Amino acid sequence: MIAALLVMIGIAVFLGAVLGFSAIKFKVQGNPLVEKIDAVLPQTQCGQCGFPGCKPYAEALAKGEADINKCPPGGEEGIHKLADLLGKEFIPFGEGAPPKAKSVAFIDESTCIGCTLCIQACPVDAIVGAAKQMHTIIASECTGCELCLAPCPVDCISMLPIAEDITNWKWRYPVFPIQATI
Amino acid sequence: MKAAFKFHGGVHPPTHKTESTRTPIAQTALPSKLVIPLHQHVGARAKPVVQVGEHVLKGQMIGKPEGRLSNAVHASTSGTVSAIDLQLVAHHSGQPDLCVTIVPDGRDEWIAHTGVDYKQTAHTELRHLLRQAGVVGLGGAVFPSDLKAYSNKHKIKTMVLNGAECEPYITCDDMLMRERPADILRGAEVLRELLYAEEILIGIEDNKPEAIAAMRQAVIDGKHEHMTVVAVPTVYPSGGAKQLMRILTGIEVAAGVRSTEKGLQCFNVATAYSAWRAIAHGEPLLSRIVTVTGNVAHAQNFEVLLGTPVDELMAQAGSRPDTDKHIMGGPMMGVQLPSATVGITKAANCIIASSPALFPPPKPALPCIRCTRCAEVCPAELQPQDLYWFAKANNFGKAQEFHLFDCIECGACTYVCPSNIPLVNYYRYAKSEIWAREQEAQAAELARERHEFRQLRIEREKQEKAEKLAQKEKAAAVAKAASDAVQMPTATPLGPNADPDDAMQLRIDAALARAKEQASAAHPKNTETLTPQQHAEIAEADARRAKAHEMALSDAEQKSE
Ligand code: SF4
Ligand code: SF4
Ligand code: SF4
Ligand code: SF4
Repeated sequence: MIAALLVMIGIAVFLGAVLGFSAIKFKVQGNPLVEKIDAVLPQTQCGQCGFPGCKPYAEALAKGEADINKCPPGGEEGIHKLADLLGKEFIPFGEGAPPKAKSVAFIDESTCIGCTLCIQACPVDAIVGAAKQMHTIIASECTGCELCLAPCPVDCISMLPIAEDITNWKWRYPVFPIQATI
Repeated sequence: MKAAFKFHGGVHPPTHKTESTRTPIAQTALPSKLVIPLHQHVGARAKPVVQVGEHVLKGQMIGKPEGRLSNAVHASTSGTVSAIDLQLVAHHSGQPDLCVTIVPDGRDEWIAHTGVDYKQTAHTELRHLLRQAGVVGLGGAVFPSDLKAYSNKHKIKTMVLNGAECEPYITCDDMLMRERPADILRGAEVLRELLYAEEILIGIEDNKPEAIAAMRQAVIDGKHEHMTVVAVPTVYPSGGAKQLMRILTGIEVAAGVRSTEKGLQCFNVATAYSAWRAIAHGEPLLSRIVTVTGNVAHAQNFEVLLGTPVDELMAQAGSRPDTDKHIMGGPMMGVQLPSATVGITKAANCIIASSPALFPPPKPALPCIRCTRCAEVCPAELQPQDLYWFAKANNFGKAQEFHLFDCIECGACTYVCPSNIPLVNYYRYAKSEIWAREQEAQAAELARERHEFRQLRIEREKQEKAEKLAQKEKAAAVAKAASDAVQMPTATPLGPNADPDDAMQLRIDAALARAKEQASAAHPKNTETLTPQQHAEIAEADARRAKAHEMALSDAEQKSE
């Protein structure tokens, strides 16, 4: 009788230890839903959604505190993806600006005074420069968020739309006449 | 030997091959200029290594390979570089690309070149030679041959030599096999050595009896023990690499699987030929055989210098006035040229002059009636009608699920569709959309990483600053305690009877000196994770700025004088 009890207690303690251990060992880092939403967002980090970056917007979405149509860089397709992911209805963009063509920032090197204000604004460290030295934008890293435009005291940053060339050209949606059937 | 296996589907379009096989391969006259694109291969564009105005020799490298997946480009004749700029090229997009324009001097003067004995040369060296000679797959895929002639992970049993040439109108491989079989086989032998392959199977469609005979004779004459010429049935697209491998060996290479994993590798006959010229004679790939056919007076094969403008080539075959456009490649998979001024590239196996009579405009499309004829002929065993449906509805995930990327864009489905639907265009559209999305996703991932790194950095800097401040305060407190103890009355200029303005001035001077020091010690930020290329760009920008600064200074001096 006592032996049986001891065995059962032993098993219980052991299983409890295993459960406790795995709870620590296999703890899910962060909130998986937030990660999933963040993976859908375009990572432009522009703040047009009203949050300081894509991750905070993802967090708000996960808590259900924000609408899914707040991210212009994501485009309509982004809203569709969010709607699918969160099991919500698609809502079109509101009053705000419709998504623009993708562009990258460009610094007019002869005007730049090297104030470093744009460096401090850029969310993805896409600007290279130092105090009183001319600054340059690394085009391949720039997300086109436009956050560097406002801080520049001499207005030397402009947004250049990304032109189509042979490297980024895409096949068009086929358009051809359809013959009406009688 | 006859082929023992078959692939699914296939079609039998009219071949139109006899027009261009009546006369032997002709040499073209030297053109007035050569427009040589620097991107004629799969991979990164070659980097120009010549300057405008420079005199170049025939065979001199004008574009050097950039990165592993890239290839070299050479001057096809001697002359002067007249421009390095964006010009129209043979590409579906109709967009311009970087080209080197050479005006020939008429001397056709070679650069010094020698071949090597491939049996005495290390394999890595041979592959390097192929790369430096600009040898790429000449069947149309233009994949760098040095990379294909290498398999360390998998044992290659069979090397397939592709002489099927299944697409209508094209006869350049046929004529090459008839006229120069010995060099093709020697090149194939080199490639076999590089792959350590056991045997070579040469697949030729049975509508080319002359080529089959010539190749068989050359196998006997050259005492090539490991080679067999196999006549394969004439059905489009038997010349697709996977289809030909299937016909010759019965092995199915599934999508996403490399043929090397199944012990197979495939080269085009013209590739083997140019590999031999490169290894044994040191001649880079400067010309290729091009079938000129369609709406011309004498359809024929020409040996054409790369870069020869298409219109000058067509003139030699007697182009007819009602020609309205040109197709590079065959009628099934070819590219419609954006202009007749583009240069011949390594991929240009055939130029068809097209006229409204020869290729009438496509009939209007009707809705799909789900007759499944397209599925019957699809060599990749897909369901083209479903793929069409998904691509049309922008349902790319579903299209991928239905193996969109197995589609070889052969056009067999479009050919048979009774509703005249341009099916392949939908698949191309869907593929390029999917690629673009993948690129976007990658860019987003990069942006996320950089953003997170930046936040980390800001946090770290904040902490470091706080620590520094704390230390300073501590040090100051200690110093103050010490000075209080010593009681030095003249230690501070802020004595009770000192002029407050003087004290201010002193502090400003000190601050200025500090600022100067800091400015000279300033380093550009965010440069840790950049590629060398980006560093080079930054250095360039710095140089520009220094120059501008100098100019401004000298301007100021002039003004003050
Ligand atoms: S609006 Fe800007 S910051 Fe907000 S989720 Fe979209 S890209 Fe990110
Ligand atoms: S450079 Fe300007 S536009 Fe580009 S990511 Fe940085 S802040 Fe945004
Ligand atoms: S052949 Fe044309 S009409 Fe028939 S199922 Fe295929 S796409 Fe539809
Ligand atoms: S184009 Fe693609 S879908 Fe159509 S038959 Fe060829 S492989 Fe099949």
